[in-house]
Parts: sequence; structure tokens; C-alpha cells
Amino acid sequence: MRRALTTVAGLVLTAAMLFPVYWMINVSFTKDTDMRADPPHLFPSDGTLEGYRAVLDQQLPYLGTSLLVGLGTVAVTLALAAPAGYSLAKLRPRGGGVLSFILLIAQMIPGIIMAMGFYAIYLRAGILNSVAGLILADSTIAVPFGVLIFAAFMSGIPEELTNAALIDGASRWRTFVSVILPVSRNAIVTVSLFAFLWAWSDFVFAATLDGGGEHQPITLGIYHYIGNNNQQWNAIMATAVVASIPATLLLILAQRYVAAGVTAGAVKD
Amino acid sequence: MIYLGAFYAYPLYRNLDLSLRSYTVRSFVHGGAPFAGLDNYRTVFADPTFWPALTRTVVFTVVCLAFQFSIGMALALFFRRHFPLSATLRAVFLVPWLLPLIVSASSWSWMLNSESGVVNAALRALGAGPVNWLTDPRWALVSVIIANIWIGIPFNLVVLYSGLQAVPPEIHEAAALDGASGWQRFRWVTFPLLRPVSAITILLGLVYTLKVFDIIWIMTRGGPADASTTLATWSYRLGFGSLLPRFGPGAAVGNLLIVMALVCGLVYIRVQRGQAR
Repeated sequence: MRRALTTVAGLVLTAAMLFPVYWMINVSFTKDTDMRADPPHLFPSDGTLEGYRAVLDQQLPYLGTSLLVGLGTVAVTLALAAPAGYSLAKLRPRGGGVLSFILLIAQMIPGIIMAMGFYAIYLRAGILNSVAGLILADSTIAVPFGVLIFAAFMSGIPEELTNAALIDGASRWRTFVSVILPVSRNAIVTVSLFAFLWAWSDFVFAATLDGGGEHQPITLGIYHYIGNNNQQWNAIMATAVVASIPATLLLILAQRYVAAGVTAGAVKD
Repeated sequence: MIYLGAFYAYPLYRNLDLSLRSYTVRSFVHGGAPFAGLDNYRTVFADPTFWPALTRTVVFTVVCLAFQFSIGMALALFFRRHFPLSATLRAVFLVPWLLPLIVSASSWSWMLNSESGVVNAALRALGAGPVNWLTDPRWALVSVIIANIWIGIPFNLVVLYSGLQAVPPEIHEAAALDGASGWQRFRWVTFPLLRPVSAITILLGLVYTLKVFDIIWIMTRGGPADASTTLATWSYRLGFGSLLPRFGPGAAVGNLLIVMALVCGLVYIRVQRGQAR
């Protein structure tokens, strides 16, 4: 009985916590004319799909760009972070401890600072407002995190495994590709997941580095919406709902990787 | 062993790149050549926006952290009871943290809308007058604090919860046998044992909160009349907010933020060393 009550309390708490999310979904179905109703409709009983139609009409290119940027960021992050993590964990370079500390600090640097630096560099290099530039910038959010995760994970791989491969005549690189990487599947999933989510949600880099670009990500799509037509909140919220789909999907499909990623940096030591 | 060099060079290259970048930030405005020295910092310190923005940054950070941590802790203790569905609900709690910030921010700004927001409708139903959450200078900072607390709770919950898992239940049972009440057990047994995890949670929270930019910018743009401008949004506005970019001062403000985060990190390491001894 007490357990049941606790569950009820938990449900109530969760509902309270998720109310803003529910409200977003609710508003996305609300008709323009009902938008300013008083009191506001708690259910979109007389709903409309106008908002979602607007998304399909106007936001698809933005979504496509975001997808491309997200996947690109995952690729760049993995390519940089996995070998780096391996070297930190297994090859034990001199100054490895200092390096891990620097990576930790790197995560603390506010995005705006990086954005200004990138802006200056990109302006000179002429890759301002390009998807490739955005991918590079977004990957800097995830690379330090990725290296630390990979290093933590790979240091748990038994030496016998790598040694066996080395004795069999495999090169360091060969060992890395065909022995270490397959075993590190969990770390790869966690890092990819977060790299994708961060790139997908990024607003600072998009606003500063891609503000005038032809291919803009969905975060900017929403931002322009808010700026341009304040009246069409169902379309804004519908876009927001669509933009939340990846996060929700990942949470459902890869729950334990998410929890692992959140706690990895914090509780390890 | 050549690979050692290659693998090692990757992260090193990244860091080098980073340090180069902050150099470029400072030299960018001046076409790279003239060295401005501390001029940008002097400009920033002399600016009338500086001290209020600093104060608001501190208020924003402290208030957010206090609420995020205490609510997160309460929820973590609650979820430790292992009731049916607890694992699922805990996962669902992560949603606010995973949503793109622009989504949460725009959702909140509609909820807090003066005329047709659901929050004011609820206040009206309770008989209270409407509040101009985002357009009243007195409330703008409160509004962004509320939204940011909401976003930060899941992180605190998850980290503190996994910290709680590490506290052996036997200690609790022993304390209960000795007649300690629920609150006493938390205050004298659980909390001291959780201290390392709490410290790192607060440190990370601090670092994340100091650099919060998206939420404030999307909800209020630091306005009205600078009422919710923190160092982070100010830095952005200096650098990108107007047609006349002032990258120098903007970067200077940003570097101050980094220094603040670093100082907190060093204090943390100090304290931890002190405890270890």
C-alpha cells in the first residue's frame, strides 16, 4: 500500500516536472483563434494540425541541415576522440595526467568564447556560414568529453587482449582498429549519442557562425520563427516538438547509455 | 611507436588550437598587429553595465545552484525508495535536460507570456494578479532563473542518485536501530557520506550555470533594460549583438568568465586536498 502511494507521488512529481513539455505539445495542436483563450485550453480537444503543416512546408531544410551537422559532428568526434582516448589509456604518453586535466578544463570554457574565436578564424579562412565549419565547431563541444569517456573505458580493457594481438604481429593501429574498437562499443555509443545531441541542440555556434548561411540548423529555424511572427505559436511549438524528437528517441532507445554519460564525468573519481 | 606520436598529437593539437584561438580573439579586432594590452579589460571594468551584470551573474548562479541542488537531492532521496515504476520515472525526468535549450526556452517564454501564458492564467485562477514575467525588469531575472532551475534538476538528480547508490544500506539500518529519525539519518549519516559527490555536482553545476547563455538570450535577450543581462549574454551582445561588433571587450568579458570558473575549480581542488589529509 505504501509502495503504491509512493508510486502515485512519483507520478505526480514527474507530471509536474514534465508540464512544460506537455504544454509545448498542447500548444502545438492549438488553433490560432484559441491561442489567447482565457482560461487556456488544457487539452487540444478541438485541435489542428496547422502547426505541423507549417513545419513540413517551411522547416524541412532546417531539419535536414541539423541532421547532417549532427552526423558530421559524430563522425569527426569519433575520429578524433577514440584514438586520443586510446593513447591516453594504453600508450600512457608523458604528461597524460596534465592532458586529462586540460580536457576537463576545456569543457568549462563558455561556448561564446569559442564562438568568437571561431568567428575570427572562419572569417579569415572563408568558411563562415558553411556546414563544414559548423560541424568542426560543434565537435569541439564533444571531443574533450569523448576523449575522457574513451580513456576511462579503454583503461578497463585487459592488457592481455592487446598484447596477444601485438605478439601476433599486428601493428598498434591494427590492434586499435580490430581489437580495441570492437570491445569499446558501449563507449562509442555513449559518445556518439552525446555528440549528436549537442550538435543538434547547439544554438550559440549556429547563431554566430552560420547566421547568414544558406543551410541553417533547426535551432535557428525556431529562433527566426520567434523573431518573425509572434502570433503563430502553434507552428513554433510544433517545430519545437519535432526538434525534440531525437532527444526523446535516444532516451527511449539508449537509456542506459544516457545515464552512463551523465554520471561519467562526475562520479568516476 | 610512431603511432604514439600520432595519437598523442591529436589531443595536443586540439589544445594548441584552443590556446591559439583565444589569442586570435584578442588580436582579431586590431587586425592582428597592435597589441592592446589590458585596454579591453579596462574598457569592460569602466563600463556601467559591468558591475550590475556581475552581480546578476552571481545571483543567477547562486540561486539556480541552491534550488537545483536541493530539489535534485530531495528527488534523489525520494527515488531511492525503489517503488514500482521508479526506474522509468527517473528516466523520464531526464527529458528536460536532453531537450534542445531553444525548445525549453521558447516553451517557457510562451508559458510565461503576460497575456496568454498558462502561468498567469493559473495565478488568476488563484486570485493573484498577473505578472509581466518577461517584460517587467523586476521579474525578468526571476523568470530565467526558474527556467534554468527546471533544466538543471535532472542532472543533479541523476548524479546525486548514483552517489546515493554508493552509500551502503547497512549504515542506515544501524542508525535506525540506534533510534535516529529519518531527518537525523540524512543529516548525520547520508549527507556527510555524500559530501564528495555533492561537491563535484555543485562544481559542475557552477561551471554550467556560469556560462548559461542560450536560455537568457532566447527568453529575454538580456532585457528589458539589461534586467537579466549576465556576463555571458553581455559578452555575446558586445561581440555579435549589434552592427558594430566589439570583439575585444566581448572576449575580455568571456575571459573573465573562464577565470571565474577556474578559480572555483582551484578552490574545489584545494578543499578536496584539505579533506584528504
